[in-house]
Amino acid sequence: MNRLLPLFGFLLLVTLFGFGIWWNTRHDPNAIPSPLINKPAPAFVLPELYDPAVKVSKADLLGKPYLLNVFASWCIECGVEHPVLQVEGPTLGVQLVGYNYKDAPADAKRWLAEHGNPYHLLLADQSGDTAINFGVYGAPESFLIDAKGVIRYKHIGPLTPGVIRRELKPAIAALSKEAQP
Amino acid sequence: MTILFRPGGGSFSRDRRAASPSEASRPKASPSKASRLKPLPQRPLLPMLLLVLLLFGGALHAQAIEPMPFANHAQELRFQHLTAQLRCPMCQNETLADSNAPIARDLRNQIFQLMQHGQSDAQIKHYLVDRYSDFVLYDPPVKPGTWLLWFGPLLILLGGGSVVFMVVRKRHRDGIAAGITTESGTTDDRDDW
Repeated sequence: MNRLLPLFGFLLLVTLFGFGIWWNTRHDPNAIPSPLINKPAPAFVLPELYDPAVKVSKADLLGKPYLLNVFASWCIECGVEHPVLQVEGPTLGVQLVGYNYKDAPADAKRWLAEHGNPYHLLLADQSGDTAINFGVYGAPESFLIDAKGVIRYKHIGPLTPGVIRRELKPAIAALSKEAQP
Repeated sequence: MTILFRPGGGSFSRDRRAASPSEASRPKASPSKASRLKPLPQRPLLPMLLLVLLLFGGALHAQAIEPMPFANHAQELRFQHLTAQLRCPMCQNETLADSNAPIARDLRNQIFQLMQHGQSDAQIKHYLVDRYSDFVLYDPPVKPGTWLLWFGPLLILLGGGSVVFMVVRKRHRDGIAAGITTESGTTDDRDDW
């Protein structure tokens, strides 16, 4: 028995490290759980990217659920996420609202012209001050906000087809179930 | 940066019209003197500059991060003390005071603004926790969600301690048993892993 003890210790460590690797492939170790889930989204008034004279507020977007996608032209991961949004965006069944984070409007427009624009509406937060109220600390981040303006789901990092299938779509399905009981 | 030129400052301030600082630090007064000292005047300056850079380079860097218009020194100290207790959400091994991440800069500015509005440290921490959860606190509060964080190490210590206790007790008992059987020479006490 005593002879096998080191082997058991080794197997225990292998299991532990294996679990760690598996866990990290499923979860972003840097993702901070948002305390804003199931709380009303912060109030905001932001200019529209293509027409800065038009100011969009939280109240303007009430009534329909939408996916608020934080992105920036300087953000490398956003370039990974973008093609996924263009393919999956129309299949989500909610409006896709782009949140251009700490970006020069000209850069953002050039980036969208180059990579395509999957968004129904684009908000520009050049200073990043409003983003702090959302608890944004990088890009990309995505918030699912329901018709009453409550944040229902948040994803930190790029949305992948897997994340959309496993997490986002069920969350959207739960919203539409609430809407039509 | 002006500090750096102060060792050669005399000549620098006099020859302000000179095109570049390196030119300015070269003495121009008497040609004969200049030719006599030709290899010398430049030499002590460079090591001195390097030494000054070595000594105060860190201070220059630290100041470059945060040129904030504090009302007084007490407020600056309070700001530094507070930001050193907060974690940057982006690079989680750094404090808000140390981090150069864009979000850390934004949050420092926000904290500065809140201070100007007369908010207390507790209010500012509350503001950040509302947005970024307890993750931003290096000293998170004890509550059901953080029990594992607070008491996990104690659990591991207790677990390890009981294993050690059991092993020691077993060896002690085996030792006594071995003491009895050594005379017959049947123990294999060389076989402890």
